[in-house]
Amino acid sequence: MNQEIIQRLKAQFPDSIEESDEFRDDLTLRVKTEDIVKVCNFLKNDHELAFDMIVDLCGVDMYRPEGRFEVVYNLYSLKKKKYLRLKILVDEDNPIVDTVSVVWSGANWHERETYDMYGIKFKGHPDLRRMYMPEDFEYFPLRKDFPLMGIPDSLPLPRK
Amino acid sequence: MSARTIDETKKSQILAALEDQDTTVVMDDPLENEMVLNMGPQHPATHGVLRLLIRLDGETVTGCVPELGYLHRGYEKIAENSTYHEFIPHTDRLDYLSPLSNNVAFVLAVEKLVGIEVPIRAQYIRVLCCEMARIASHLVAVGSMAMDVGALTVLLWTFREREKVVDIYDVLCGARFTTSYTRIGGLQQDWAPQCTIMLNRFLDEFKNDLAEVEKLLQTNRIFIDRCENVGYLSREDAIALGMTGPILRGSGVPRDLRRDNPYLVYPELDFDVITFAEGDALARFYVRMADMRESAKILRQGLQKMPEGPIQANETKRVLPKKERTYSRMEELIDDFMLINLGIDPPVGEIYQGVESSKGELGFYIVSDGTGNPWRLKIRSPSMVNLSALPLMVKGGMISDIVVVIGSIDPVMGEADK
Repeated sequence: MNQEIIQRLKAQFPDSIEESDEFRDDLTLRVKTEDIVKVCNFLKNDHELAFDMIVDLCGVDMYRPEGRFEVVYNLYSLKKKKYLRLKILVDEDNPIVDTVSVVWSGANWHERETYDMYGIKFKGHPDLRRMYMPEDFEYFPLRKDFPLMGIPDSLPLPRK
Repeated sequence: MSARTIDETKKSQILAALEDQDTTVVMDDPLENEMVLNMGPQHPATHGVLRLLIRLDGETVTGCVPELGYLHRGYEKIAENSTYHEFIPHTDRLDYLSPLSNNVAFVLAVEKLVGIEVPIRAQYIRVLCCEMARIASHLVAVGSMAMDVGALTVLLWTFREREKVVDIYDVLCGARFTTSYTRIGGLQQDWAPQCTIMLNRFLDEFKNDLAEVEKLLQTNRIFIDRCENVGYLSREDAIALGMTGPILRGSGVPRDLRRDNPYLVYPELDFDVITFAEGDALARFYVRMADMRESAKILRQGLQKMPEGPIQANETKRVLPKKERTYSRMEELIDDFMLINLGIDPPVGEIYQGVESSKGELGFYIVSDGTGNPWRLKIRSPSMVNLSALPLMVKGGMISDIVVVIGSIDPVMGEADK
């Protein structure tokens, strides 16, 4: 099954799939950052694969100089009863990614959460506000350089 | 002096001091005005600290924006800074209405990452835990949804039933809510014989008690009228929005991870996946009622089929040893010390494991860098995703239907806000 997905995708997008990895039967494909919407559209609308649900979307901070952030898409196919994980790399200087909320409307809140936690902006997102933190909060709490104890004075506190 | 002029003079006397440009609203057509209403975060019908901003045209909802984050405790950040074992108690506080199934979901994810096979008896006990949690959680969901539409008796009756389940938790693991019952590679303690007696007694009574609850609602004209055709979500929208659990199955999609992507010993148990095609609040209520009967069926089978045997995997360096042995044996003491202080040693890699919890698909995505702490732990919480359908469900409906729709989604904010 995993091989079938890879073959089908490689036939359609020979250059877009950069890496594939299988760990405990979980298939992870690394996709070229700028091709993500194209690949997602194909995966959703393909009759064979039909990945019609987005289960999860999240960011990961790998804390490395090149391609610091990853955005991870966890897709599910109701027809095949199968999960698929896509992954793209995002640079720290220019953390902008195309939104997939045009493909699955369910990605909307997940992308807001990713923006809230990592500061990754999604181009074309209908409503890119913070999900959990206050709107005037300046930091991105799940980045590895944000301390566990928080940053003093980052939230307004009552004065003496 | 005509009536009209009396009114005019009265008005001028009483309101002259108050009226100025800031306080006077001039409307050409009183039916044209829109109102923006803030509901929550402290509102009894929002089931916690959910805040909604609602735009109203008369009594009709024209828009709704949910605001989350009032219960955000940063569990994903905490997870990155604690070992896998240390995070188990935090999972109790996610969906605090079904702590046992959260415990099971988390350890299943870690076991998949580390590669531990748990003994069959422990798997059966975990299934029993999940199904008890589902019944307890659905009882609260059904009761509070009925309370939201004005049927207070149902809440009292379902809480009475739930209390019996919670009493079983108490005997099983010594806590009624903050259970923290599972361990990586096993369980904290064995299933007590007393639990079998209590669970059998509960199941004997449950069938009739649930029928009584259903009788109160199923033929209740007010309840049916308040729920039918309210909060409609089509099959296509439910899939596109990534709904799971009773919401998805209430929209006619037969997706149940227990059957589709089986974990534990679910393939050996016989149960049906409940679906209703209507997609409204009433359908979700029926899904939950039928789900509870299926859970009761699974519990009966689990009690019968549960074999004797160990409840911990026999992997000394990865599974916490029994407490009494750490006090008397050197090897176990060292293992215990290493596991508690440095944590388990997983391989480098990433996994996702989802389970069918009472609210929907509860999943954990773990990225491991090979150390005792997860590099990244993402909680895929069903309540948060299910809430994202709320604006669509309430749009065009009446303001009084919002409480019904929230009740039918059954969000738990501890889980939605993480």
